[in-house]
Amino acid sequence: MSGTWMTTRAWLLMLPLLVVMIAVIGWPLVDTVRLSFTDAKLVGTEGNFVGIDNYTKMISGSNFQRTLVTTALFAIISVAAEMVIGVLAALLLNQEFRGRTALRALMILPWALPTVVNATLWRLIYNPEYGALNAALTQLGLIDAYRSWLGEPGTALSALIVADCWKNFPLVALIALAALQAVPRDITAASLVDGAGPIARFRFVILPYLAGPLMVALVLRTIEAFKVFDIIWVMTRGGPANSTRTLSILVYQEAFSFQRAGSGASLALMVTLLVTVLAAGYAALVRKTVGSAA
Amino acid sequence: MLKSISKTLFGAALIGASFASHAFAETTINALFMAQAAYSEADVRAMTDAFTKANPDIKVNLEFVPYEGLHDKTVLAQGSGGGYDVVLFDVIWPAEYATNKVLVDVSSRITDDMKKGVLPGAWTTVQYDGKYFGMPWILDTKYLFYNKEILEKAGIKAPPKTWDELTEQAKAIKDKGLLATPIAWSWSQAEAAICDYTTLVSAYKGDFLKDGKPAFQTGGGLDALKYMVSSYKSGLTNPNSKEFLEEDVRKVFENGDAAFALNWTYMYNMANDPKDSKVAGKVGVVPAPGVAGKSEASAVNGSMGLGITSASKHPDEAWKYISFMTSQATQNQYAKLSLPIWASSYADPAVTKGQEELIAAAKVGLAAMYPRPTTPKYQELSTALQQAIQESLLGQSSPEDALKSAADNSGL
Repeated sequence: MSGTWMTTRAWLLMLPLLVVMIAVIGWPLVDTVRLSFTDAKLVGTEGNFVGIDNYTKMISGSNFQRTLVTTALFAIISVAAEMVIGVLAALLLNQEFRGRTALRALMILPWALPTVVNATLWRLIYNPEYGALNAALTQLGLIDAYRSWLGEPGTALSALIVADCWKNFPLVALIALAALQAVPRDITAASLVDGAGPIARFRFVILPYLAGPLMVALVLRTIEAFKVFDIIWVMTRGGPANSTRTLSILVYQEAFSFQRAGSGASLALMVTLLVTVLAAGYAALVRKTVGSAA
Repeated sequence: MLKSISKTLFGAALIGASFASHAFAETTINALFMAQAAYSEADVRAMTDAFTKANPDIKVNLEFVPYEGLHDKTVLAQGSGGGYDVVLFDVIWPAEYATNKVLVDVSSRITDDMKKGVLPGAWTTVQYDGKYFGMPWILDTKYLFYNKEILEKAGIKAPPKTWDELTEQAKAIKDKGLLATPIAWSWSQAEAAICDYTTLVSAYKGDFLKDGKPAFQTGGGLDALKYMVSSYKSGLTNPNSKEFLEEDVRKVFENGDAAFALNWTYMYNMANDPKDSKVAGKVGVVPAPGVAGKSEASAVNGSMGLGITSASKHPDEAWKYISFMTSQATQNQYAKLSLPIWASSYADPAVTKGQEELIAAAKVGLAAMYPRPTTPKYQELSTALQQAIQESLLGQSSPEDALKSAADNSGL
């Protein structure tokens, strides 16, 4: 069979998928781009062409800049923490001990819970009047009065990051654990004989096996963290005083609460662009890491 | 053989009959409500069951969302081609909904009996530009609730009549060591904070808008925010108020941790229910206070109405349902969680029994109801004001500066 026929057949086989992709991704994307150059409202008017007005207004506005910083802070800190905690949890669960299976199952629980449930749970934990966190910290003598964790700009973002970590570190742990199972036992045994300490063993024997899968986890989590919406919407709605407002919340307010579909679309496209650049950067990094590890 | 044929025929007839009843007799309408405050979800279901019993040809699908999702869900459904026939809407939305053609004008459907029977203040809930966009359903304003036992222990004879008196009484309670932070509000970054703010704006005789331009940065609007900030900074207000919604206020009050709380009607009977509340039997309610020389009492219009969406294919059935839900009989039956919109209901002992104190407060409060501004850009204005309130409470900005930037960001 000739190569061209193979190629044609491949395209033919992919055709149904392509049609679906164009319908559900391609067309909405094109329409969003069109919308972003208009002053369309969500209901009512179709909108007029306004050029790049939406973009210039957005980029020069203090809302967008401040929200970008908040989003970046949230994403960087929570993803970094999730990676570290996830790997540590995986290393722990890779040891042989009694109750390991039960612990592994338990660890997945936060990740399996719907985000809204998770967020409601944490709102109860942080409750300034009856919350478990306040009760625990007071009983341990660490604070002398109950505090409003989600009501202070200084602590609200950190409180959200903790909740997000709790929900998402299991994903990292799960991926790392699977990778750890692939580390051949004779190699770790040999490194023990050679007198490698735990840190050296992790750095030179285990990490090369982990690097590729961890990269995948990092990409997934970073993209998700940049798009974070529901956990924040349920816990603080962007407050207090907009200190936890992320890009997705800004998009939501603009497009749905204020019904400005046009500028909402321009904002959404900026988020898409940002996430795409991040993903592309990571993809290059993955190729490099996996390439050098192999 | 014959038997099996007759069986088949019987079966066909059955199937035909079931199709017929769907195709010719039954109409299904979809209705969107909220799952909190005023009438409970169970109440709305019970009312709807009574309606379908009386109108077996109309089926009603009910959907409930939290108040925070009601506006966006309505607008989104409309933006995507509809889905709801009947929607619950807040008093602040008719301007926007009318301008964007989310709700249909039902002026011609309102009968003279309705016009005469319903309290005049209630109509402001559904009106915009001289037209009616639905029927008022939940008549509500914020009242000042107080804990009788705590006031008694502090030697206070009568609940406050002015906001300054409230401050003094709270200070007396704090100084006696009865409560560290006697006042609870719902000042979370949400619409709830605007309702508390509006109550104070009405007390200080402020204006939100003048000739369509923001006017809250000076005068009564500024005094209202200054009062909030000083109450917060003095420590008399529970500092957690800045992350409270109405339900948080209720829990704090029911736990005996607040001497004063501003909240809607629904809290009265819930806080008096010994099953959930530690303060049952000690709950006092009065109209929200006024300001000496300016007002006797203050109140925000927090009413809600039921309307028909422009996407509805069954407006007649939808109106039938709305008429039933807002009828005097239905409203009287469920008067414990939300007071009726009908003037003559207040003379009915079945409505007033057991809540005389609330009715007395309602007579003053409902008459003083102050509207939040009617503008199609309400959501933007509200978001800007929510930010101003939070920034001033947190000390990030002075009330003057915060309100000035809210005016700049209001889109008006």
